[in-house]
Amino acid sequence: MFPYLPHTHEERQELMERIGISSIDELFNDIPESIRIKNNLNLNHPYSEMEIKKICKNLSEMNITTEDYTCFLGAGYYDHYIPSVIDHMLLRSEFYTAYTPYQAERSQGYLQAIFEYQTMICELTGMDVSNASMYDSATATAEAGFMTLAITRKRNTVLISKTVHPHVRQVVKTYFNSADYNLVEIEMTDGMTDLADLKAKLNDDVAGVICQYPNFFGIIEDMSAIGDQVHANDSLLVMQADPISLGMLADPGTLGADLTTGEGQALGNPMGFGGPTFGFLACKQKYTRNMPGRIVGQTVDHEGNRGFVLTLQAREQHIRRHRASSNICSNQALNALAALIYLSLLGKRGLSQVAVDSFKKAHYLFERINQIPGFKAKYGGPFFREFVVQTEHDVDVVLQSLLEHKILGGYALGEDYPELTDSFMIAVTEKRTKEELDQFIQVLEGVK
Amino acid sequence: MREQKKLIFEMSTPGRVGFSLPEDDFTGIEVSSYLNSDYLRQEEPNLPEVSEVDVVRHFTTLSSRNFGVDSGFYPLGSCTMKYNPKVNEDVARYSGFALAHPFQPQETVQGNLKLIHWMDQMLQEITGMDRFTLQPAAGAHGELTGLMIIKAFHRNNGDTERIEVIVPDSAHGTNPASAAMIGFKTVEIPSNARGLVDLEALKNTVSEKTAALMLTNPNTLGLFENEILEMAEVVHKAGGLLYYDGANANAILGKARPGDMGFDVLHLNLHKTFATPHGGGGPGSGPVGVKTELIPFLPVPVIEKLDDRYYMDVERPLSIGKVKNCYGNFGVVVKAFAYILAMGAEGLRLTSEDAVLNANYLKEILKEYYELPYDQVCKHEFVLSGSKQKKQGASTLDIAKRLIDYKYHPPTIYFPLIVKEAIMIEPTETEGKETLDAFAETMVKIAKEVEQNPDTVTDAPLTTAVGRLDEVTAARTPILKWQPED
Amino acid sequence: MKILKDLKYTKEHEWIRIEGEIAFIGITDFAQEHLGDIVFVELPETEEEFVEGDSFAVVDSVKATSDVYMPLDCEIVAVNEELIDAPELINEDPYENWLVKVKLTDEEQIESLLNAKEYEEFCAEEE
Repeated sequence: MFPYLPHTHEERQELMERIGISSIDELFNDIPESIRIKNNLNLNHPYSEMEIKKICKNLSEMNITTEDYTCFLGAGYYDHYIPSVIDHMLLRSEFYTAYTPYQAERSQGYLQAIFEYQTMICELTGMDVSNASMYDSATATAEAGFMTLAITRKRNTVLISKTVHPHVRQVVKTYFNSADYNLVEIEMTDGMTDLADLKAKLNDDVAGVICQYPNFFGIIEDMSAIGDQVHANDSLLVMQADPISLGMLADPGTLGADLTTGEGQALGNPMGFGGPTFGFLACKQKYTRNMPGRIVGQTVDHEGNRGFVLTLQAREQHIRRHRASSNICSNQALNALAALIYLSLLGKRGLSQVAVDSFKKAHYLFERINQIPGFKAKYGGPFFREFVVQTEHDVDVVLQSLLEHKILGGYALGEDYPELTDSFMIAVTEKRTKEELDQFIQVLEGVK
Repeated sequence: MREQKKLIFEMSTPGRVGFSLPEDDFTGIEVSSYLNSDYLRQEEPNLPEVSEVDVVRHFTTLSSRNFGVDSGFYPLGSCTMKYNPKVNEDVARYSGFALAHPFQPQETVQGNLKLIHWMDQMLQEITGMDRFTLQPAAGAHGELTGLMIIKAFHRNNGDTERIEVIVPDSAHGTNPASAAMIGFKTVEIPSNARGLVDLEALKNTVSEKTAALMLTNPNTLGLFENEILEMAEVVHKAGGLLYYDGANANAILGKARPGDMGFDVLHLNLHKTFATPHGGGGPGSGPVGVKTELIPFLPVPVIEKLDDRYYMDVERPLSIGKVKNCYGNFGVVVKAFAYILAMGAEGLRLTSEDAVLNANYLKEILKEYYELPYDQVCKHEFVLSGSKQKKQGASTLDIAKRLIDYKYHPPTIYFPLIVKEAIMIEPTETEGKETLDAFAETMVKIAKEVEQNPDTVTDAPLTTAVGRLDEVTAARTPILKWQPED
Repeated sequence: MKILKDLKYTKEHEWIRIEGEIAFIGITDFAQEHLGDIVFVELPETEEEFVEGDSFAVVDSVKATSDVYMPLDCEIVAVNEELIDAPELINEDPYENWLVKVKLTDEEQIESLLNAKEYEEFCAEEE
């Protein structure tokens, strides 16, 4: 019984007759005999729908979830509220069962949605041009690094601050290492990019500098000061920004970013064990032709009706082939659509309210934790919704006691920063209630 | 028919909201006591102010101006637009999958790690490879990852002069683009008269500079490279590796395995072969499988099993590193996993048999009306040429647009590049005989329209929200975002 | 199809107007017609040096992209900046709208270029 395979035995016979064959094997005779599979693969027998659900449910239930546990884990993936409308719209199958909108006349729905998405990303980031989305923040940032090399030509080095997400740095490093470009890390001081080290490392081989805003530790660094140094060296500033924070913080464009990237998960996408989410990538006008990936543009039909098309396609792999600025074709369209619906619902007031609520709750928790003996704030810089706490206790013990109270307590920093084995990072979103914050504090107070 | 749809921004009414948030319990905390105004946005972002109803109507209307597999037949060649089972959507939304934070302690996500490990094993069996990474987010990302692995392998052998990647002239555009992205030089080899790689040309092209041959098999013409074993020998003898572009794997499930053909690295497109939805351009998933000697180079973390516990192994000194955040598009992997459970060994074999049967059936009917440049048994897809129709006054583009009027999604057009006026048709196995017959009838009807009155075809589509769009103006003077009128 | 008498040509469909050691280079009427509506031109930088056969510019239409190859060894003296904002000028008059002005480094190479008659014959074969 295969509900997705419509042919009956008789129909298969009819088709074979029309083709002029008597056995299906005749269609596979061009596969060399020696490699033809004689028996079935060693896989499961076909399962019914109810069995599939059972197997998957069992696997799912082996996990702890952010639904049953209170989440203070962040590090790039945040437990912001996701309005019900989003999934209802995403489940409209004209969207999710479509391919990339190559046939514009029959894909106006998606094309218009991407155009609206691009507009919103530009609004948030203060950039002029956004593409239709990237796989995630890490690959978006890696591609932005490549863009700075292509734009400045003849420069082969990119600098990246140690206050950029360690996983993003690892991905960028993989890309650069494979392509034989130089990637150099900028040291940090007090949880922020070390400006003196930045200055020392800037030279005429540096195409771009990558920073994060707010940075990995949640700290809002002085981006203008970084930007001034970068631009004085004729290099480009790539800012990886947190989109929720942009509801209240100055936008990257204002602060001097030439390219802005970021992780889009927080905009209406479930954390989903890390994917699928999406990355955004936006730039100043003059770098448009260097953008990788799909871009939608507005135009008219022959009667003058407004319509939308994939445009500037000669940049892309299917036309430019080995000269393309990137190989990307699939992006994360459905996740970008979720972000568009999220931002439509929240609107100009909602996004800033989510940002401010998260900010206030994070600061309430921060102040209280700072008063608990054995715990103190690690850094002094201004932060948004995430902060680093240093403890006299064993970090693993602290997080374990929180876990025993059904709290996902935070992100231990020792693995990524050996000098921070005594510290962990706490994220607070607008979803956390006062009771949850107070319970968190209570547990910390009880840690022996 | 034509009707302009407002943008969400044009629906905005000051004061409307589409959200609700709990009351503020923290009125004592002021942002200004922590951040001076330099840190803050001076102007609110210009996002729309609309109600929840406005949003729902807007996106429902947009969806009606779109077309998916559920809307109708979608024979888009090389894209494998098969039906996307609904149960997969349900299970991917189970909270243990959808609502797990990626950085939870590993003890708290054993179910997810088990699923990844299980999927790895199933993909090994299906392809004949020895180990997989599920980190790549899409096919092109898989190609990039695979080529990074190949580069790292040669480097580790001190073979730094291997900088050439050989691709046939019929290859997907991503192949040369992926190679170029990490500094490989692409060398193109011609196809022979039968639409297959010219073995002699390959022999003359390989050298001590060869890093890899990238191949799609069956190729983009839908033809099986029957000299694959000889080709593998040629490349391996020269010290190169074989890369399998899995875009067309739907043709060979349970029939033959790339691992047995001599391929060293491959990627699969879960969003093609394994029935996960394309999402309007993503998210996809492009797992990469390798042979034993390349396992050390896989991206970290690799999910391993020790006794009954699953864990993430990051202590792998030869690894190329991470290629994406976290563990890939996990939610997509869950859907493909459910699909494999549903099909099992027998179902996967039938999948490819029916996909190939359907393609050959359509090909036999349509070759009487359209040119078929390579007239032989095809696999899951075939390529017609609209050259005859072009001479009669309607191009392949016109034919594609006319199909829209008849409620079909058009096939892939103008690809592969080696066929003039190419029309690439991939019906997939999830379509029944009556759908194939109706489509064939429509294609025949259009061929006759072109013969008798090409204008009805060149004016198409007439039934869509907009007519043919001016792509030249769009590219010359790009308008890439909405701006409020002054 | 227009072919100007006093220009030199290549089999890659570039034209060359030679003025002493300086030359102007563009793409021919045949080339622009086959490309269709040109939407973007990517030009090199001044002072960049090229040898014969190098790709020095890229011309994009909506659905295609083409390299433009350097017919002679040279150094770029100037690029036609006007084309950046108005690539359609190439479609309108391919011979008036040069891509680059160069200084030749090996004038003997001029010998190997096609004259108008030879180019016309070559195009006839290509059609």
